[in-house]
Amino acid sequence: MLANELFKKELKVINIGLLSFKESLDKEGVKTIQIDWKPPATEDEETLDALKKLLGNK
Amino acid sequence: MAVKGVIKKGEYYDSVALMLVAREATKLNGVEDAALMIGTKENKSILESSGLLIEEFKGASESDLLIAVKAKDELLAITAIQKVEELLKTKNLGSRESEEYMPKSLEGALEILPDANMVIVSVAGRYAAREAMKALEHGLHVMIFSDNVPKDKAFEVKKYGREHGLLVMGPDCGTAIINGAPLGFANVVNRGDIGIVSAAGTGLQEVSCIISNAGGGISQGIGTGGIDVKKDYQGMSFLTGLEALIDDPETKVITLVSKPPHPEVLEKIGEILKKTDKPVVAAFLGADPELVKKIGAIPAKDLEHASLLAVSISKGISMEDFEKEIGRKDGELKELASQLARKLTGEQKYFRGLFQGGTLVYETQVLLKDILGGINSNAPLDPSLKLEDSWKSVGHTAVDLGEDEFTVGRPHPQIDFELRNKRILNEANDPTVAIIYLDVVIGYGTNPNPAEELTPVIKKAREISNAIIIATVTGTDKDPQDKAKLISMLKDAGAVVFERNASATRLAGYILKSIGG
Repeated sequence: MLANELFKKELKVINIGLLSFKESLDKEGVKTIQIDWKPPATEDEETLDALKKLLGNK
Repeated sequence: MAVKGVIKKGEYYDSVALMLVAREATKLNGVEDAALMIGTKENKSILESSGLLIEEFKGASESDLLIAVKAKDELLAITAIQKVEELLKTKNLGSRESEEYMPKSLEGALEILPDANMVIVSVAGRYAAREAMKALEHGLHVMIFSDNVPKDKAFEVKKYGREHGLLVMGPDCGTAIINGAPLGFANVVNRGDIGIVSAAGTGLQEVSCIISNAGGGISQGIGTGGIDVKKDYQGMSFLTGLEALIDDPETKVITLVSKPPHPEVLEKIGEILKKTDKPVVAAFLGADPELVKKIGAIPAKDLEHASLLAVSISKGISMEDFEKEIGRKDGELKELASQLARKLTGEQKYFRGLFQGGTLVYETQVLLKDILGGINSNAPLDPSLKLEDSWKSVGHTAVDLGEDEFTVGRPHPQIDFELRNKRILNEANDPTVAIIYLDVVIGYGTNPNPAEELTPVIKKAREISNAIIIATVTGTDKDPQDKAKLISMLKDAGAVVFERNASATRLAGYILKSIGG
């Protein structure tokens, strides 16, 4: 969906991180889903990228 | 004195939740200091400098939560840690007791909300780009609040967004207003026909609030993060945002806000402006107005000027009338300045600005440059004016408390007032200080009780010193904090209060001029 099409739609948000941002949107009546995010088990970004390549993912 | 700590393996909480618990912990019986931090290298060094790094913490990882307490004796420290663990349970964001189900992945979230169209990412910088890219690949627009995103990753997400017509607001984008909804640190403003693209977070807040308070309204407020208009990123997010506003039938006037963009980016903006008849006001703070005219935009002197110009065009009122309004206010400012200056002693001559807002500290430096010849800062206009130590003011100083040296391991100064409150008292104890200048940025995401946090400190500063305290409030009557009450409490505490940083800065400038600053 292009940006100017977004402006014609009802904003619906997925929030990853600070819960306070979801709480603000709830108060403003904006439909928002919070993801229960945790840092990935591997902290090594390069290893993860290499692993993804090996598995043929993007 | 005893220091005790525990490691909670694999537990994750957001930084605001941790700050709130740490604050409550320092109020417990016998507790002198307390910290709750994720076990990163930076956080461990912060704990070390506060004397809170116990031996066990050294082996902790980034997926661990560290709790440390310094108390009068061992028993009090242990009791406090137990209490902290109880407090944490009530703040556990991913807790099973939570009423609302929280999916663990983007795919899970999309099952519940299949027509979601925006993703806000505020996790630690090193993970943010990965989450943003996943969202973009699902065709979703993103706002990346996180900073410290690696350069190559930031470039990748911006490029993907540009190629697919998707908004990538960020990284380091603090503020956006999309379809009337405040995202991140944002204010509740009137809706209307003025669209904003801003590479400056507090700049977007300041402009949208002044527009709204002056009777205008906002169609969209698109943030991009400050790095976007630098050479490396070629304004990729800025250009997509600008094109979207040009194509948006609800937007009649466009306002651009930024520090001066790189010349190549400015040229690209100019190329896009050729395609529209919509009036475009540009506040590229400190940029040559002739260059702005050349790309087809109307140059504004500052954020206040840009906002009022946009409202005047939106309402069809002549710009002259608005210019006159600013002119009349200027006369009043000069009179007030000479009244205030009379109360200062001969020794008091320095400006000390303690800012929550990165754009506002920049704007103030731009506006005072001609009067003061230069202001020392941790984020100076000229590298030669860089403070040697950000924690110590020298001569005329304007400090950006949102810079990394103040925010590693703690929430943004718009949320956490503690550092600035201490600094206000330091400045008050300096007999050479003439003006203590403060911005108070309210709205969603920011501290819910700024008046209660700030006014006792202002009162204390007034007891210590007769320095003039100037405060500028960025906000609207519709914000969750009570703006009118905040302003009246600040005034009662002894501050001179404004609602536009440019006006407040001009007052400071006239005071300094009249005392020979």
